[in-house]
Amino acid sequence: MELTSNPMLMVDWLRQPWHWAFSGVMISSLVFLMTWMGKSFGISTTFNNLCTVAGAGRVSPFFKMDLKPHYWRLMFAGGAIIGGWIASTFLSSPEAVAISEETITSLESYGYAYPEMDKTGAGFIPTALLNFTSLKGILLAIGGGFLVGFGARYAGGCTSGHAITGLSHLQLPSLITVVGFFIGGLLMTHLILPYFL
Amino acid sequence: MKNISFMAVGILFGIIMTKSEAISWFRIHEMFRFESFHMYGIIGTAVILGATIIYLMKKSGMKTLAGKYVAYTKNIPLNWKRHILAGSIFGLGWAVTGCCPGPIYVLIGNGYGIALLILAGALLGTFVYGLIWKKLPH
Repeated sequence: MELTSNPMLMVDWLRQPWHWAFSGVMISSLVFLMTWMGKSFGISTTFNNLCTVAGAGRVSPFFKMDLKPHYWRLMFAGGAIIGGWIASTFLSSPEAVAISEETITSLESYGYAYPEMDKTGAGFIPTALLNFTSLKGILLAIGGGFLVGFGARYAGGCTSGHAITGLSHLQLPSLITVVGFFIGGLLMTHLILPYFL
Repeated sequence: MKNISFMAVGILFGIIMTKSEAISWFRIHEMFRFESFHMYGIIGTAVILGATIIYLMKKSGMKTLAGKYVAYTKNIPLNWKRHILAGSIFGLGWAVTGCCPGPIYVLIGNGYGIALLILAGALLGTFVYGLIWKKLPH
């Protein structure tokens, strides 16, 4: 990655896959921005807000809340969608995500080719596994999403709230939660997911 | 108007998540298989720098835009059982879908319709938690 001051070349530069260190620096700049703006960086609370919007407050007092103090979160989530669109439209890298050879070989052993496993070829979601076209694909997407939503709320936060913000504030509960993220992730990847691949 | 600025930060977040490839199922899969340093490098750098930034903001007595000192306001009582259990449930879902909550939104923006289904599942999970949370250890 070579830095340049020409704005057009700058876009070309940003289009390349980012180095992990640069990505880490950019995420920490978000921690600074959010803290400076007086908010704690956390995404999963928007799921509560969306449940409230959908009327879940009538079923459970857990979802009875004044949404006004949460508007900023919903704006942030909306921004995240727009940001994803901007990145895929103007800044997308011509090549698929360069995952390791070992991972590619492992997926091949289950009969999947990479990056074709993602129908877009970008290497973001394995649409051969998570899709609308098979019962398995639908159940894995909904079931996996369910665990993410349930777990995040029970944990009191997700990767942004615990792994990034909580750890930045040196919070022990966040550290234990992140250990939990890995226990679940390793169990799924090594013991359960192979049955679905 | 103030909320619009959070949309701007959200846009930045969406771009960073996409370009860092943290939204890639394959990157998460590879991370849990310990076959690449990529995700560890991203999270490690973000946390070390984030902790330094927060430390300096607190130490220098810097005030937020609202005129307050920087402090961690979310008070989660220490409970090993809850944190490990809750974290593990989240981890199970993270490793199947390859996305944590932020990337779900970002992937919708990237044009992946299936992310809407993952979002629906996440909302359902949140809803069920809201129904039964009193029965769980906290």
